[in-house]
Amino acid sequence: MFDIDRWREIFQSISKNKLRSVMSGFTVAFAILLFTLLFGIVSGLSNSFKDAFADDAQNSMFVRVWKTTKPYKGLQTGRRIQLKNNDFDYVKDEYDGKIELLTARVNRNVNISYKNNQDNYSLRAVHPDHQFLEKTIIDEGRYINQRDLKEKAKVIVIGRLVKEDLFGEKPALWKRVNVNGISYQIIGIFSDEGGDNEERMTYMPITTAQMIYGNNDEINSINIGYNPDLSLDEAIAFGNKLERDLRKKLNIHPDDQSALRVQNMAEANKGVGSFMLALYFIVIFIGSGTLVAGIIGISNIMIFVIKERTKEFGIRKALGAQPSSIVGMVVQESVLITTIAGYLGLSLGTYILSQIGDSLEDYFITNPSVSPGIVIGATVVLILSGLIAGYVPAKRAAKIKPIVALRAD
Amino acid sequence: MIEIKKLHKSYPIGKDSLHVLKGIDLHIKEGEFVSIMGSSGSGKSTLLNIVGLLDEHDEGEYYLNGQLIKNLNEKKAAILRNKFLGFVFQSFNLISYKTALENVALPLYYKGIPRKERLKTAMEYLDKVGLKDWANHLPNELSGGQKQRVAIARALVTKPKVVLADEPTGALDSTTTDNVMDLLRDINNDGMTVFVITHEEEVAAQTKRIVRLKDGIIISDELTSKSKAV
Repeated sequence: MFDIDRWREIFQSISKNKLRSVMSGFTVAFAILLFTLLFGIVSGLSNSFKDAFADDAQNSMFVRVWKTTKPYKGLQTGRRIQLKNNDFDYVKDEYDGKIELLTARVNRNVNISYKNNQDNYSLRAVHPDHQFLEKTIIDEGRYINQRDLKEKAKVIVIGRLVKEDLFGEKPALWKRVNVNGISYQIIGIFSDEGGDNEERMTYMPITTAQMIYGNNDEINSINIGYNPDLSLDEAIAFGNKLERDLRKKLNIHPDDQSALRVQNMAEANKGVGSFMLALYFIVIFIGSGTLVAGIIGISNIMIFVIKERTKEFGIRKALGAQPSSIVGMVVQESVLITTIAGYLGLSLGTYILSQIGDSLEDYFITNPSVSPGIVIGATVVLILSGLIAGYVPAKRAAKIKPIVALRAD
Repeated sequence: MIEIKKLHKSYPIGKDSLHVLKGIDLHIKEGEFVSIMGSSGSGKSTLLNIVGLLDEHDEGEYYLNGQLIKNLNEKKAAILRNKFLGFVFQSFNLISYKTALENVALPLYYKGIPRKERLKTAMEYLDKVGLKDWANHLPNELSGGQKQRVAIARALVTKPKVVLADEPTGALDSTTTDNVMDLLRDINNDGMTVFVITHEEEVAAQTKRIVRLKDGIIISDELTSKSKAV
């Protein structure tokens, strides 16, 4: 029910008692401001965590090998472990359903030259799936395909910065470069969000590299993209099983972490997930605490205000005001102040967050913001608290007999 | 207009109770100008609070405008006060953040009168008490006499049946006291019932009927020379 006269009474009461109104408003505005900043900053932290893992696919697993540190089945410690093609095939055949992407990797350092320009670069010899596991972005041409593997084609995919080094502004695609004395054709140029080092990388078919550099079937590591349908726990279990099976296959002590290890993004994700969850719990706890403090603050002020106005209420009642009209007036005033103040706090908070933007990225806070759900929730809490903060003492004040109220000072 | 029979009122004080009104019988007809005299503690303010529906009596009967007052809740009391009664207090009781005009208009707000009409009527009554030029001043910009005149205008604005004045001159000097009493007499001459509480003989002498109260009972009830003169 809209009652223009009621609103006039309220605006008059607010504007003629500025200090009181500003004081009660300030408590709420400040509480909401803190609440907004807190939530915003945590969302910024969470954004940073998400970005930190953006380089590689979220579902990747790496099989890496070093030297044994535990004797096993009569084999000595210090034995160098070497992955081979049959290990790759074993993984491929054994875990077919659980794997979405699979590639082996051979790492080399190579010298690449084009005309008078030449430099040393890292080379990764891989399967086609590597493109998706590393999130390689093809700018020109194409990535390595099955046919390259089969033909052991002398083709190479070079990073954006390699192209800049060797070709400058000139086109590089389909040109031939000299890699350690052998001529390769550039079939693609890529970029990578992982940074400059990734863009100084080169890729070629793993079969080509195995034939030319050593003529063997050795591989340095196996990268797996597990089936995204797996839950985090299932993915972790898969990683653990893979680790056990490979150690068994390669005659490594089951607990020898230093000889063979499966690095599983699922575990990292789970760690980050539970860390963020814990952080959110803390923030919700502190945030609600701030809100509650704000609510208690405004309740206290309302009690004081109503005490101060007891005589005024007595006068109003003597002049014919019904108790409900007094309660209504106080509650409406309190809700109005909390809503406006809350809205100001919220706006200031979101404004500060938008000003922060990406400037705190060094402190691990990226693009902090609050979600509309939280904003709406906080506003509803505010209005309700204004309602309660006004209603309880007003109800009590309205019950006081007019003569008692008139006697009050 | 006001009919009171065997009215009793006591206030609890700790375990005991203080018997303030001990069987009051009083009949006030429409158009009377009555003063209740008595020293402090005689029960005169209590009587006014009960008559003014600001407090409840314990025993006896009270008829206001022919209506039996019994077990009123706050809401009904508020409606009756607004309809039948106008109050003038010793300490004026104006709302400090409202102008003279707004103070006078306030009872009309609770009567549900539209704003324009409210302010127009309020201005008429301010004019009646000679404060038209002070309409937009706040109470603390007015003298004591002016404040009381604003309060009287506020009491009259709803055209009540009875004006109840509790020591209306208690905070005023003798000149302004005379002004206020003249004003109340004018109101009475227009036909309004006026009910004044005072402990000043000079003030009581200006009314038409004096009821003397002592220790909760009426000790005398007589008409004054003023009433005979009319």
